[in-house]
Amino acid sequence: MSTNNESFLTKYIFSTDHKVIGKQFIWLGIFFLFFGGYLSLLMRWQLAYPEQAVPWWLSWGIFFKDAGGIIDPDTYNQLFTMHGTIMIFWAVTPILIGGFGNFVIPLQIGAPDMAFPRLNMISFWTWFLSSVVLLASYLLPQGPAAAGWTSYPPLSSPMGGIPGEGQTLWTLALVLMGTGTIMGAINYIITVVRLRAPGMTYFRMPLTVWGLWLTSIMNAVFVPVIAAGLILLLLDRVLGTEFFVAGGLASGPGGDPLLYQHVFWIFGHPEVYILILPVWGIVSDLLAVFARKPAFGYKVTAICMSTICVLSSIVWGHHMYTTGMSPLLGKAFMFLTLLISIPSSIFFLNWLATLWKGNLHFEPPMIYTMGVVWVFAIGGLTGLYNATVTSDIYLHDTMFVVGHFHFTLAATLVLGLFAAIHYWFPKMFGREINRTMANIHFWVTFVSMNFVFFNMMVLGYAGHHRRLYNPMEFDFLKPLLGLNEWITWFAIINGVIQLLFIFNFVWSMFKGKVAVRNPWGASTLEWTLDAPLPHGNFAQTPTVYSRPHEYSHPSLTDTDWVPQSEPIPGTA
Amino acid sequence: MQQAAAISDPFGKATTGKLGMWLFILMDGLSFGGLLIGGAALRAGMDSWPEPGQILNISLTAFNTFLLICTSFTMVMALNSIQKGDQKGLVKFLTFTMSGGIFFLGIQIWEYVHFIAGSEELMHNLVLAGLEGSKFLPSTGIYGAVFYAITGFHGLHVLSGVIYIAAMLVPAKQGAFSATNYDRIEILGLFWHFVDLIWILVFTVIYLI
Ligand SMILES: [Cu+2]
Repeated sequence: MSTNNESFLTKYIFSTDHKVIGKQFIWLGIFFLFFGGYLSLLMRWQLAYPEQAVPWWLSWGIFFKDAGGIIDPDTYNQLFTMHGTIMIFWAVTPILIGGFGNFVIPLQIGAPDMAFPRLNMISFWTWFLSSVVLLASYLLPQGPAAAGWTSYPPLSSPMGGIPGEGQTLWTLALVLMGTGTIMGAINYIITVVRLRAPGMTYFRMPLTVWGLWLTSIMNAVFVPVIAAGLILLLLDRVLGTEFFVAGGLASGPGGDPLLYQHVFWIFGHPEVYILILPVWGIVSDLLAVFARKPAFGYKVTAICMSTICVLSSIVWGHHMYTTGMSPLLGKAFMFLTLLISIPSSIFFLNWLATLWKGNLHFEPPMIYTMGVVWVFAIGGLTGLYNATVTSDIYLHDTMFVVGHFHFTLAATLVLGLFAAIHYWFPKMFGREINRTMANIHFWVTFVSMNFVFFNMMVLGYAGHHRRLYNPMEFDFLKPLLGLNEWITWFAIINGVIQLLFIFNFVWSMFKGKVAVRNPWGASTLEWTLDAPLPHGNFAQTPTVYSRPHEYSHPSLTDTDWVPQSEPIPGTA
Repeated sequence: MQQAAAISDPFGKATTGKLGMWLFILMDGLSFGGLLIGGAALRAGMDSWPEPGQILNISLTAFNTFLLICTSFTMVMALNSIQKGDQKGLVKFLTFTMSGGIFFLGIQIWEYVHFIAGSEELMHNLVLAGLEGSKFLPSTGIYGAVFYAITGFHGLHVLSGVIYIAAMLVPAKQGAFSATNYDRIEILGLFWHFVDLIWILVFTVIYLI
């Protein structure tokens, strides 16, 4: 498949090479990571200094000019809506699934490319188009969507009170993004099923591939469902149907707004696993690499992740305890949700057991990975309070929920993707990423994000409702102003330090030390190749002899690892 | 491109492309499932729902259904032809199938236009069914919303199928397929049969029940 006479256009823009497409996804995601992060800082400003002008260094002197630099309520609604939407669908998803799914899957299973390279390219450009549609909503006179990332009707309905067509573009962008996701999912699933190298059985695949593969299966099942729901929402807005409109807003008997919530969460709950499964996989692998031990309970971890996928599809009701569902149904959803903590705890203990008595190497990817272990533990444990009906009715829609899901979705995913970027950087760009900068970036990010998200839970426990424009309008929330200020300043520190990451990323790409073939001593297949990797990857299809992490095998003498493509001496 | 197969493959000899299409069909089926179940849930919450045939023209659409089933048959004939190496037969039957699809869309559009334009008789029927207006529009109650959403979504699939067949007719006319090389026609067939099958479901749920 490798062609030598590729023009700039076919090599870097409309490439069908999975490695190039992976990098394109990562760049797109990094752009949106910064954009979405910036929106959150503006939100934090309003919460700490309600209705005070945004300082020049945060508004860049160009935003909110007409309101005298003050964020008005409508703008605030747009901020949290677009922050959530962008971070989930246009930042984390492209980087973890589009980026690393593309870059890593074929390399780790010994394939020359994806099963459908052209579909892969179309998937990226569909995603790109969806980003353009989403950003175009900023050009509308009344601004982008403002009904929250969940976009519940009637708020998101045309008669719901939010002016303008931002919501229409939002819905359209999500449908397009879903189409791109579906194309990707087909590719990843079939690639894993069909293009594994000889000897690469399912239980010899790295757990990263397991995570990405399960994620794709979940995408294949649940994205079509939300797509159907979004199409109905779009029809409500464009053709005047009343699927999700009821009561006084409807012209006749009307439809059912709760139906949207069901459809949304049938997808929405699995979506959190769609996002986090790749990170679980990456963490499971990286812990083994940097502890120089086989991943403890490798097979059990893979089976637990699969079990969670199945369970996650029948627990969506835990987002709807306060919608007046029957107590019996609520208890059923609570029971099923709490069941998920069993497989989750098992693989979490596997992580700890992998570390136990390991020969730990605190390289940059490892410190980020250790960070994930910490924040995921907090995120997972605080989830129990939201899963339990009695405590959730109090905590529902408070900052506690926001803090909780930022531990799992923001902290875990962002640290996970930093781990992945630092780990595969040498293979992607042939250079090492600077360690000192990586260490500083990690510690500042880690400390500030923990402060921010933990104290959000404190706010919520004290009764601070999420999505409040100005909490100081309520007497009982006034004592929390100081804590809100602290959170905001830590969030700003967190934002600023990301500039160091992007500097390190770009600087190391061009000026970093030239990397050796296998800087981490990892045994998975991608590390048997020299950078820059050619279109088509392996000169010769590798044969796989062992599981992905047979580190420190007793029969090894000179080194503590062999690539999966070589038999372990004395065992073949 | 085809890699040496992995040791165990539960999907036998199916080509990679065919597996991809099967997976797509599964996902598309879930979208239709979501729409049909959503429609059923809304209907269950309604006090009244029009009787079959009260507004929709069952006999016309029954003919349309028959037409679409015939195109499934011609699609089988197209595959049959090329499996015997008959390139002319392939082009002929693909053209039949495509024309059938276009005809189906024509009738569906005619039906839509008739509803949207409105008439005395339609108004009479709408009132009998407990709906308002002289036109039957997407905004005519939940009934109209469900009808247009589901038949429209299916219509888009027929349209995609027609374009897909047209795209395969080009290489077919250039003789790109043969008795040993017809995988892409088989994949096309899978999609077309799926669209037909879904229509039978849609016809039953929307028109007959
Ligand atoms: Cu959930």
